Amino acid sequence: MNGYRGPGLAVLERHGVSVWSDVEVKTTNGRFRGLILPRSETADEKHIVLKLASGYNVGLAAEAIEQMTEHGRREANYKIPEQVFPTDPAKPDVVLYGTGGTIASRLDYRSGAVVPAFSPGELYGSVPELADICNLRTEKLFGVLSENMGAEQYRELAERCREAIESGADGIVVGHGTDTMHHTAAALTFMLQDPPVPIVMVGSQRSSDRPSSDAAINLICAVKAAAESDIAEVVVCMFGPTSDEYCLLHRGTRVRKMHSSYRSTFRTIGDIPLAMIDQEKITPFRDDTRPRRRGDRRVTINTAWCEDVALLYYYPGMKPDVMEALIETGYRGIVIAGTGLGHVNKPNYPALEKARDAGVHIYMTVQTLWGFTGMYVYETGRVMMDLGVVPLANMLPEVAFIKLSWVLGQTDDRDEVKRLMLTSIGDEITDREPYNGYLLFQGGIPEVQDFLRRIKR
Amino acid sequence: METLPLKPFEQMTAADYAAVGFKCGLEVHQQLLTRSKLFCRCPAGHYSPHYDAEVLRHMRPTLSEMGEYDGTALMEKKTRKRIIYRLHHKTVCTYEFDDTPPFLMDDDAIDIALELAFLLRLNLVNELHIARKQYLDGSIPAGFQRTTILGVDGWLPYKDRRIGVRQLGLEEDSCREVSDQGHERVYLTDRLGMPLIEVVTEADMVTPGEAAEVCDLIRKVCRSTQKVRRGYGATRQDVNVSVTGGTRVEIKGVPQIWRIPRLVHNEANRQLALLGIRQRLRERGITTASLDAVSKDVTTLLDKTSYAPIRAAIDGGLRVKCVRLPGFDGLLNTPTQEHTTFAKEFADRVRVIACLTQLPNMVHSDVASESLWPQDWLKLRKRMHASDNDALICVWGDQRDTDTACQEIAIRAREATEGVPNDTRQALKDGTNGFERVLPGPERMYPDTDLPPIGLAVERVRRAAAARPEFVWETEARFRAGGMVDDDVRRLGISPRSRLATRAINELGLSPVLLGVVLAQRLRALDRAGLRPQRLSDDALWELLKSHAQARVSRDGLPWLMEQMLQRGGDEPIIDEHVLRFLDEIDMRPATEAQLNDLIDQAVADAAPRSFATVDKRARFVMGRLMTRLIGRVDGQRLLERVAERLARERAMAHGGTS
Repeated sequence: MNGYRGPGLAVLERHGVSVWSDVEVKTTNGRFRGLILPRSETADEKHIVLKLASGYNVGLAAEAIEQMTEHGRREANYKIPEQVFPTDPAKPDVVLYGTGGTIASRLDYRSGAVVPAFSPGELYGSVPELADICNLRTEKLFGVLSENMGAEQYRELAERCREAIESGADGIVVGHGTDTMHHTAAALTFMLQDPPVPIVMVGSQRSSDRPSSDAAINLICAVKAAAESDIAEVVVCMFGPTSDEYCLLHRGTRVRKMHSSYRSTFRTIGDIPLAMIDQEKITPFRDDTRPRRRGDRRVTINTAWCEDVALLYYYPGMKPDVMEALIETGYRGIVIAGTGLGHVNKPNYPALEKARDAGVHIYMTVQTLWGFTGMYVYETGRVMMDLGVVPLANMLPEVAFIKLSWVLGQTDDRDEVKRLMLTSIGDEITDREPYNGYLLFQGGIPEVQDFLRRIKR
Repeated sequence: METLPLKPFEQMTAADYAAVGFKCGLEVHQQLLTRSKLFCRCPAGHYSPHYDAEVLRHMRPTLSEMGEYDGTALMEKKTRKRIIYRLHHKTVCTYEFDDTPPFLMDDDAIDIALELAFLLRLNLVNELHIARKQYLDGSIPAGFQRTTILGVDGWLPYKDRRIGVRQLGLEEDSCREVSDQGHERVYLTDRLGMPLIEVVTEADMVTPGEAAEVCDLIRKVCRSTQKVRRGYGATRQDVNVSVTGGTRVEIKGVPQIWRIPRLVHNEANRQLALLGIRQRLRERGITTASLDAVSKDVTTLLDKTSYAPIRAAIDGGLRVKCVRLPGFDGLLNTPTQEHTTFAKEFADRVRVIACLTQLPNMVHSDVASESLWPQDWLKLRKRMHASDNDALICVWGDQRDTDTACQEIAIRAREATEGVPNDTRQALKDGTNGFERVLPGPERMYPDTDLPPIGLAVERVRRAAAARPEFVWETEARFRAGGMVDDDVRRLGISPRSRLATRAINELGLSPVLLGVVLAQRLRALDRAGLRPQRLSDDALWELLKSHAQARVSRDGLPWLMEQMLQRGGDEPIIDEHVLRFLDEIDMRPATEAQLNDLIDQAVADAAPRSFATVDKRARFVMGRLMTRLIGRVDGQRLLERVAERLARERAMAHGGTS
């Protein structure tokens, strides 16, 4: 009875009808004719859902229903159309791993459920352009929403990427939910060092059942980056501007989801992206990317992980008991996203001292996201450093959290942890911030308005 | 020249339409008067041609349930349009261009729609489910319109029967198109997202005139709530038409009701003409299966042509392609609508789908003499292996567009062997219609996963039922029964003052005729004079009407007082208290007989030394004098009669004196 309970279920049972019955319903408001649909688990239990011949759905109150007559049954059996994905020995081989995000999906319009399209055949059915780029092999690794990704999945993903590299893939694409894509990108960067081929993470902000979806363009560009680009790094490939024009390739440790719903939500922070990419071409922006190594199948893998790491977002008036609770619970590492150049208030100093004495590693990042920590600037910064707090330069808070988890999985030695944390693996700390690494244009300013009017950004 | 299947529009009778099985249904779209848009908090009703930024999008067709592309979707994919949205700071937010999920549906819009559901006597649903209706033309940046159904199976009384109302929808309005040239379509987004109701009738109208009348009736019902928008574009209708053997064809976006009859008449003609063409193709042995519309590149063949459009195309490096339509000779000239031939069906497809938007965009062998030279046609016939029974169509443009054009011409020719294609058509100013897009299928409806269903609480529904105005036909009947003139009935029936008029009839015993004059004609005149009569509150008008009913203000005094008060008032609404104070200040009591006689004596005396060309002119002079003293205190007509009588008496006496 798909989602029906209470009065809704009772009225269906009383009249001997069920989901997928084509019924005529007599209610206190008049008659309705349509197909009984499953009901969402989260909706109330007082209504039943009917799909009318026009395609519209309506809800009828169980208590208003006087009579239901079944005229037949039409069960929806929804399936993504499959077509054989063509293979061409001249084209590069790309492996696509699915982690549970719906990069491509169809909505079953009768049940309202989202059905992910994932097999090469299904993907070919929805994004046939992929066949122009590569030979595609797909594998669904897990079916978790992006917020449920964690150490276990990072490890598995890293292992499977190594397998794909060793088995000769020319590039790897990882389909991922967008919410924590930047966490996973950072984890992969640390766990899977120096890969010989591109490892491209991709997702979509609008599901592919919408004509305005970004899924197809993101996927096409990601597959193109994996198959053709000369950037053998862990990167994120997502929608670039507000307009449908191109995607951007972001380094896995410098990228962040910056808007809850925009397509162009991913931004490289404190630096510029690696390249711009569309269906026709890849346009590199810089010359410091690691090149692809053809014929080389070696990759360094290290999937160490410590789960006792926390990311603490400081706020004014924060009492020391928060940090104390973490210490007492047995956390071994704490990344603080501090204010300004990397600060917390004075009442927390004793807690920092307690942490140091308990052997807890405390690292400082900035909640401004852009910019470096600067703990020498104010006296208070120096005091904190004396208390054992290590500033992480311009490492993003989430990346620092991932890295500290990874580092503490390997060692607890204070100096070694510090050495590893401060040694940049994939630009999580950069030496310099370029002049165009911080661009948040402010709407309303005449020259910005002029830009917006002329450029379809 | 052949003639159209139906008699000229002006000569058609109901029987003529019945003979061809004419049927017509309506979809009336009406914007609601809400503060905000339907799914975001942008202000509704702000229009501006200005824009601050542009965003570019492409629409990607999504697969249907059966794993096939919806016909419309496929068509829009072929067009490869770049769609540009113009954004204005004041009128759109990130919701409209699909970068922010919807906010909860506007409650005012739901309440207004509920009122209308009662007026249309629909079977109300208990829970609103929001659906996404796909639009691939780009008119909505998301590629779909959020829409919901409030009720089904209602009716409206019309003549002596009922017109079925299939459903009432509540949806967001689409973009306004600015231009559509080549592969680029530009939209303004100001209107996008405004709440709109859609009233869908059954195909119960059997003449073009009925379609217009029922449309007018629906519009009146909407306006009677006083909660819908007015003005150009605030009400738009789609009309669907079919004849026996034809197809239900939808004509979109008719902005004015008076355009409906000719438009649907033309569509009936078109369907009958297309059925005639199918018949002739069958007689010639051309069937869907046997039709083979071959196309070839003829650019080099027409190298020497002097026909300007093709000449320019070849000089510009474009291609010319020719399609052979076997057995179509002569048919392209068949009239399908007033001053429109069958050839336009092809030209429209080429324009809309292949994006060859510069006209003329094709030439064909049935009007050979007006385009290419005869020797060019001969060469083409030879090259295309065309017999005398075949028709040829040439198109020009770039490689891809001309390929698309040839395919579309072949598709349209195949449809001709089947009858009337499933088109959505566009209403044109001259009363004809043109191809807009392939009719979308039911696959275009998807449930919206971004929003939960909205339960309609019993209390809320009760409130809406109580708020609904009287049925407009009942109001009109009351006014008409009291002798109100038709024009006033029509105006006052849907006016915000109609409840006031009804109350004045019932409680003050005033005549509907008077109320028509005061509340329809005079208020309109005051509005035209720029006096903003909407400042007069219903309470104020009630007080005035009551003073008249109590004989404190004469019939002529009413409009005079209204004008005086509006002239003196500021921006604030004028309420009953102002009226009472005003009435105290000035003497508006009807003049007594004695006062009247004195004043007339005096005015006649004033006129006496002057000479006038006619008696009428003298009377007018006297009236002018009197009215400055008596305005609002005496009935003008009666006063005029008295003056005339008095002057006649004077004259008689004067004559008597000399004889």
